[in-house]
Amino acid sequence: MLIPLSWLKEFVEIDIPVEELARKLTLAGLEVEAIRYVGLPMPKEGKHDFKISGLEWPADKFVVGAIYEVKPHPNADRLVLCRLDDGEQEHIVLTGAPSLLPLKGKKLEKPLKVAYAREGARLYDGHNPGWKLITLKRTKIRGVVSYSMVCSEKELAISEEMDDIIYLPDDAPVGMPLAEYMGDAVLDIAITPNMARNANVLGVARETAALLGKPLHKPSLEVLAEGKPIQGRAAVKITNPELNPRFMLGLICNVEIKPSPFWVQWRLKMAGMRPINNIVDATNYVMLETGEPLHAFDYDVLVKRAGGKPPTIITRTAHKGEKLTTLDGVERTLDEFTVLVCDTVGPLSIAGVMGGEESEVTDQTRNVLLEAASWNFINIRRTAQKQKLSSEAAYRFSRGVHPALAEVGLRRVLELMRQWSGGTVAKGFIDEYPLPPKDPTVVITPEDVRRWLGISLTPHEIADLLTPLEFECKIVDDTVYAKTPPHRLDIGEGVIGKADLMEEIARMYGYDRIPETRIADELPPQRPNPDLEREEHMRDILTTLGLQEIITYRLTSPEREARLVPDYAKEPYVELVNPIAPDRRAMRRHLLPGLLEVAERNARFRNRQALFDLGPVFHPREGELLPDEPRRLAILLTGDRQLPHWESGEPPKMDFYDLKGVIEALIEALHLGEAEFEPAEHPALHPGKSAQVSVEGIPLGVFGELHPEAQQRYEIEGAPVLVAELDADAIIDLIPDGYALKPISPFPPVVEDLAVVVDEAVPAAQVEAVIRKAGGKRLVDVQLFDVYRGPQIGEGKKSLAYHLTYQDMEKTLTDKDAAKIRKRIIKALQRELKAQLRG
Amino acid sequence: MLEELEQIRAEALAKLAEANDAKALEAWRVAYLGRKSPLKQVFTQMGKLPPEERPLVGKRTNEIRREFEAAYEERAAAIRQAELRRALAEERLDVTLPGRKPAPGRLHPVTQTIRRISEIFAEMGFQVLRSREVETDEYNFQLLNIPPHHPAREMQDTFYVKTQTEDDTYPVVLRTHTSPGQIHAMRMMSGYTGEGPLPENPPPLRVILPGMVYRYEQITARSEIQFTQVEGLAVGHNITFSDLKGTLADFARRMFGPEARVRFRASHFPFTEPSAEVDVECFLCGGKGCNVCKHTGWLEILGAGMVHPVVLRNGGYDPEKYSGFAFGMGPERITMLRHYIEDIRYFWSGDLRFLEQF
Ligand SMILES: [Zn+2]
Repeated sequence: MLIPLSWLKEFVEIDIPVEELARKLTLAGLEVEAIRYVGLPMPKEGKHDFKISGLEWPADKFVVGAIYEVKPHPNADRLVLCRLDDGEQEHIVLTGAPSLLPLKGKKLEKPLKVAYAREGARLYDGHNPGWKLITLKRTKIRGVVSYSMVCSEKELAISEEMDDIIYLPDDAPVGMPLAEYMGDAVLDIAITPNMARNANVLGVARETAALLGKPLHKPSLEVLAEGKPIQGRAAVKITNPELNPRFMLGLICNVEIKPSPFWVQWRLKMAGMRPINNIVDATNYVMLETGEPLHAFDYDVLVKRAGGKPPTIITRTAHKGEKLTTLDGVERTLDEFTVLVCDTVGPLSIAGVMGGEESEVTDQTRNVLLEAASWNFINIRRTAQKQKLSSEAAYRFSRGVHPALAEVGLRRVLELMRQWSGGTVAKGFIDEYPLPPKDPTVVITPEDVRRWLGISLTPHEIADLLTPLEFECKIVDDTVYAKTPPHRLDIGEGVIGKADLMEEIARMYGYDRIPETRIADELPPQRPNPDLEREEHMRDILTTLGLQEIITYRLTSPEREARLVPDYAKEPYVELVNPIAPDRRAMRRHLLPGLLEVAERNARFRNRQALFDLGPVFHPREGELLPDEPRRLAILLTGDRQLPHWESGEPPKMDFYDLKGVIEALIEALHLGEAEFEPAEHPALHPGKSAQVSVEGIPLGVFGELHPEAQQRYEIEGAPVLVAELDADAIIDLIPDGYALKPISPFPPVVEDLAVVVDEAVPAAQVEAVIRKAGGKRLVDVQLFDVYRGPQIGEGKKSLAYHLTYQDMEKTLTDKDAAKIRKRIIKALQRELKAQLRG
Repeated sequence: MLEELEQIRAEALAKLAEANDAKALEAWRVAYLGRKSPLKQVFTQMGKLPPEERPLVGKRTNEIRREFEAAYEERAAAIRQAELRRALAEERLDVTLPGRKPAPGRLHPVTQTIRRISEIFAEMGFQVLRSREVETDEYNFQLLNIPPHHPAREMQDTFYVKTQTEDDTYPVVLRTHTSPGQIHAMRMMSGYTGEGPLPENPPPLRVILPGMVYRYEQITARSEIQFTQVEGLAVGHNITFSDLKGTLADFARRMFGPEARVRFRASHFPFTEPSAEVDVECFLCGGKGCNVCKHTGWLEILGAGMVHPVVLRNGGYDPEKYSGFAFGMGPERITMLRHYIEDIRYFWSGDLRFLEQF
């Protein structure tokens, strides 16, 4: 919302610098996003709270000038020389302004008032696109000396208009500094939904007056109405008061359509609207000023449609399939919830959003029927969204406009239109007002203020903060009764109204004046939070194992995930109605595809990667509205086993056992219990190098080396890619609340080696299991230190060599004790696995 | 004889001083402390001396032998030292060659920031609670005082999830904020299900709600379709706006430095009333104005406010008896400010060149 300072000053005295005002408004919730300076002094370099733009017009460089004569340029047809008075002396000013060319050599009826820039003035280049500051210097153009300029709007940073120069009103005093005459600053204010009432100059003026402690001078609502009364010349019928609580009509006859006065056009431009003519401008001007959008109909068109009789305006929802061509020339099919302003023949406009083409005001219009109404904001919002229509009216009505403003707006627009167009206003209004809003009275006590805000105010202090915002406050004993003023719809009833007023009290008191305190309230009961703590513990363990945590996009597509396993494309995904792109249209079902995409990008510059991602995946559930969000843990290893180093030459690549080691270490560190590994099949994994891991019979997931075909689908080359996708929920559930330490024996251990030859098909885990079982509790450690295959032991066999550690808690073991255990182990191995003792 | 002894002594000590390595020293030891040493010869010749001289010569000979032994030990130690020095000097490394680094793992920077925030609030009695990312419209909007078609919905561009419904409404969304967690947390503590009378005396509560949220936006250097939020909620009998200010001021001092100040500006969120934007004095320039704070001296870090009565009631807390505050912040934004990161897209890129710097 653009608010020109000069307009604001019409309603409230402002005696502080514009930045100071912007700061106060911002702290009070009217966030000033930018300030545009139109001639007024700009803040210097350094710290400033706002984004600023525009141009300063120093008093000695920019003044009101008067052109007395337009003479031809001796050497150029498209240039003229103006004899100009700047209040101090006469100048010859060279210009190519197209509107001056026809005046060449002609006698001027009256001097032309213009914006004159003297030598040395800094202004924007008005002859080339873009915003470039230039300084006026003495030069010769086609043989004629030039050192100054009559300015266009662009040169003065008013607008992008650079085709012609600005003409000022005839009464502009020659020689007056331009900044003094028309300098301004425009505040760009972000209006939050709860501040909808302030999307107009009067609203901002009210806030300003309250914040500065100044009186608010509202515009007069007097209308000089001298025409035949409106009663009997038009009628209104509202069919659904919920959707249309109020509808007013006013009439002005015999208007002369012409451009608005200079100042009106100027203000509209400053506020970001294009001036059209005095009728359209008046409706826009009043909307910007009061916040009430108005609509002007060509009264004669309506009379004609009514067969020469007085028109009846009917508001109703659209019939199925009903059509209307709006002002923008688009024929629209309307929804059944859309409210229309109609006459007895059919729709005239989409209520509160946009007028229809047929009844709009044209250059031929003589009599204008004015609509000032109020609409259900939710319905207007739905309509505007559905029709993809935005308009200044829809912007306001879809945020809520108080019905009382209809009368304010209508009175104001009729009077301004009368002044600007010379028309005659019909006496009275048509006013259908079936559903006035409640304007609740909110009850506030000092205790409420203390309980919500933590400050102590007397009832009078509370009333003094609310009254400038036009709340009508009554104090009875210790209680303030604050009646909502008839311009706002954001105050609720009961405790909600209390909360709403707390904000008003806090804003007016000043958020910055409210003290900082520590919570004195009782500390809540603390609840155990093991699920979260265990997840974070798992993250910590994973990083100590040398893995980098990755967080990837949860938004992906089935096709992206199908790069890993083609069948994933057939699985049900949580899909979006409105994705930003097809490849981000679904929530991930799996973690690995995203992690592989990350590895693929990193592979371009990084040989070694060790990554994990721990987070939710999303699985739609049959018959359930919401998906399941199980947590998964994905791990990816690829490349060199160590970081590169100058000494090590070509380091070995990570393989299956590196990943298995990480998983074993994780399970150990989390004290999950004994892990079991068995060969597994997974479409993305190498059939010979993949395993399933489980603990206590609960499968935790599958891991292994990426299948060469799957790896080919990703641009990761030169080393195997080891991946795991594990069930993080299952892992977290398995983490015990506590665990007992193994006792440490004070007696020395006996360590000896044992090498056995078994069939290739016998898994190492089975060999170890047999050793452990036969060894009993004195066998405290079994370490596999060598696996050998070769001619010495024969085809289809392998040799496994172990360090065995025997120890007792009660005594030092003798050689005899050790020999006994060893014998037991060897016997068991021979019996159960047909193992042979080696060497 | 005694004279001869003194001569042997002088000559031996002089030679010892000249012995510069282990070999020379060993030769000296054989020569002067060995079986054929001059002292031994003096002993063997002792019998030829007059008996009254014998004790004198014997005593002196023993003295000199002990002196030789001591001198030898001393010299030997000196030579060992010198040789060790020489040997070590030959093993000198180029200490400027790079070391052998272990490959460390790291937490994602956002995890680190969320943990830091959570820790600070944990010490103030706030416990972490998490809730689902795919939410109902009811929890994401309606229970938070954002009814359908409310203007506040425009402030949040929502991803809607395909569901099988007959009308054109979409009851499931990707949560646009962590605020649904406010309702989950309050209902968990109060036991309220959304129907029937409000619970009698629900306990006070303080929670921190971190998590991933989603917005329909274009992905640019400044905006993302998914980002994390950390939200805080305190509800009790006596929680005030001044408590909110104090709590966030304390947080800012711990998070951004002991001098950090906060500034509250009035703002609007549908689920709080009054609402505030909270700026923290720019910790990069100390409030003097720099590029990062756009020369304002302040950084917009948090949104906050008193919990709206409708939200309290939806959580099972009677707004006539309870009050509360809530606040929210963006860990990515905080991380970006602290580390001068100019592009938010690094966070989910998985780019190791980015992640390994934390
Ligand atoms: Zn700064």
